[in-house]
Amino acid sequence: MSQFSMTPIVESAVSGEDRTMILNMGPQHPSTHGVLRLVLEIDGETVVRIRPEIGYLHTGIEKTCEAKFYQQVVPLTDRIDYLCPMTNNLTYCLAVEKLLGLELPPRAQWLRVMFNELTRINSHLVWLGTHALDIGAMTVFLYCFREREEILKMFEMVAGQRMMTSYFRVGGVSMDLPLGFTGFLRNFAGYFPDRIDEYENLLTNNPIWMDRTKGVAKITREDAFALMLSGPTARGSGIDWDLRRDMPYTGYENFKFKVPVATEGDVYARYVVRVAELRESISIVKQALEGLPEGPIKADAPKVVLPDREKMKTQMESLIYHFKIVTEGFTVPPGEVYQGVESPRGEMGYFVTSDGTAKPYRVHMRAPSFANLNAISVMCEGGLLADVVAAIGSIDIVLGDVDR
Amino acid sequence: MALEPAVTELEQLKERPAVASLLRWKPDAIQAVKWDRNELTIWIAPIDLREACKHLREDEATQFIFLADITAVDWYPAEPRFEVVYSLLSHKLKERLRLKVKASGQDPNVESLTSLWPGASPFEREVYDLMGIRFQGHPDLRRIMMPDDWEGHPLRKDYPVEGYR
Repeated sequence: MSQFSMTPIVESAVSGEDRTMILNMGPQHPSTHGVLRLVLEIDGETVVRIRPEIGYLHTGIEKTCEAKFYQQVVPLTDRIDYLCPMTNNLTYCLAVEKLLGLELPPRAQWLRVMFNELTRINSHLVWLGTHALDIGAMTVFLYCFREREEILKMFEMVAGQRMMTSYFRVGGVSMDLPLGFTGFLRNFAGYFPDRIDEYENLLTNNPIWMDRTKGVAKITREDAFALMLSGPTARGSGIDWDLRRDMPYTGYENFKFKVPVATEGDVYARYVVRVAELRESISIVKQALEGLPEGPIKADAPKVVLPDREKMKTQMESLIYHFKIVTEGFTVPPGEVYQGVESPRGEMGYFVTSDGTAKPYRVHMRAPSFANLNAISVMCEGGLLADVVAAIGSIDIVLGDVDR
Repeated sequence: MALEPAVTELEQLKERPAVASLLRWKPDAIQAVKWDRNELTIWIAPIDLREACKHLREDEATQFIFLADITAVDWYPAEPRFEVVYSLLSHKLKERLRLKVKASGQDPNVESLTSLWPGASPFEREVYDLMGIRFQGHPDLRRIMMPDDWEGHPLRKDYPVEGYR
């Protein structure tokens, strides 16, 4: 596999023939979606080598987690990938619940599926808008953010926050649906498929869009495995794998949905896969809304889950549990788990190690953007400089997720 | 709260495809096994790590084709101090496997997997940067998250959370 050269770019223009030049792209560049710095070696308009330099957004969240109680880690997980906060919450909560051996009531699971899919739509809309904007189609951006606003309103309704929701907690979700939410969501789910048609009208058969994306930044199936790619980026290269379908968690086995796969492996294929995922996600949201079971939204585990406000104010026992959880946290039996979840970007995994105390011994996040960034050299080398922007957009990275 | 006790007997786990495959290939490579919370962990002898991964990836019965993650845990002050953790996924079996390799506190060293999965490169750089574990055979082992002139490895347990003052 000699095509994956990983040698750094160091002043080769000086030592070599002087045909190529070194170009710095970022860390403050609008099309890098954050603080990604790319070092490019270019020969005229052709990219010879490209290396990402990351770490500008490194906040040491993994280290911070070790100093917090288990329940205090939840708000930290939002901040990793700010476009899909709920997916991060979900992965962490599932990992801790697996460590505890906790069973969740059906209503909590269905709510989690519903909001996880809304988060996927939210994330894909930002991706579609900014990706199209990078390539030069401005209108799509405005349309996408119009629908995203409605989703953020729904997040605010249930969690009180638009972006850093922390809605999922260890052992359930923080609150039940507020009054009027179901109608709002039903209305949204009703018109959203038409809005997807609207985006597609602007892009799918647009000759400029096809020129800029078809055959650009190809990734083969073999490369996708070698570079540890996952999610829509891998599915655009013909890898038929989705954790929601193949290793279901939090009740995904109860839902019917298709996993879109494309085989071309270019920017257009990844676009097709993600737009098809939008349709599948809204269909899952509809199924979750129609079949939402009644019942409790938190697991029956008084030592782990905070009691209801009402009970806390009327029952001595609940008050004691509440006081204990807030001041001392809850202990988790020793062991370690790895929980993988299909995030909008690919496989998001949390590796949580417990030593039997109330604070996690080690929390590690397997960030999908971090792995997907591997693809950049395969996609760009030998291509044109202008296509680098299309390539970055097509793997949908979030720099908070890359650097953590 | 139904947690079953962990199974650590090799005899009880030899039916698992990953264990069976490794036993057929090289029984000495397995140092220990654990089945806990429906997850399988195998401790591999450090010298066999690369070959074991290659075998598990290419064996028809297992096909652990996707390397999901590389990370490390610091068990300071125990010795051997570090455990490097590899999460593998088999699309065929729809199963995960965790491989672990122990590394000592003085000059921790592990074989690099970049020759099998080139995508392992940034993951190994991250472990090197934050834990200070060296990967033999990595083509470009530099810091990735912290600045190049940073002192110490922040995720080690003897590194204070608020940093050195």
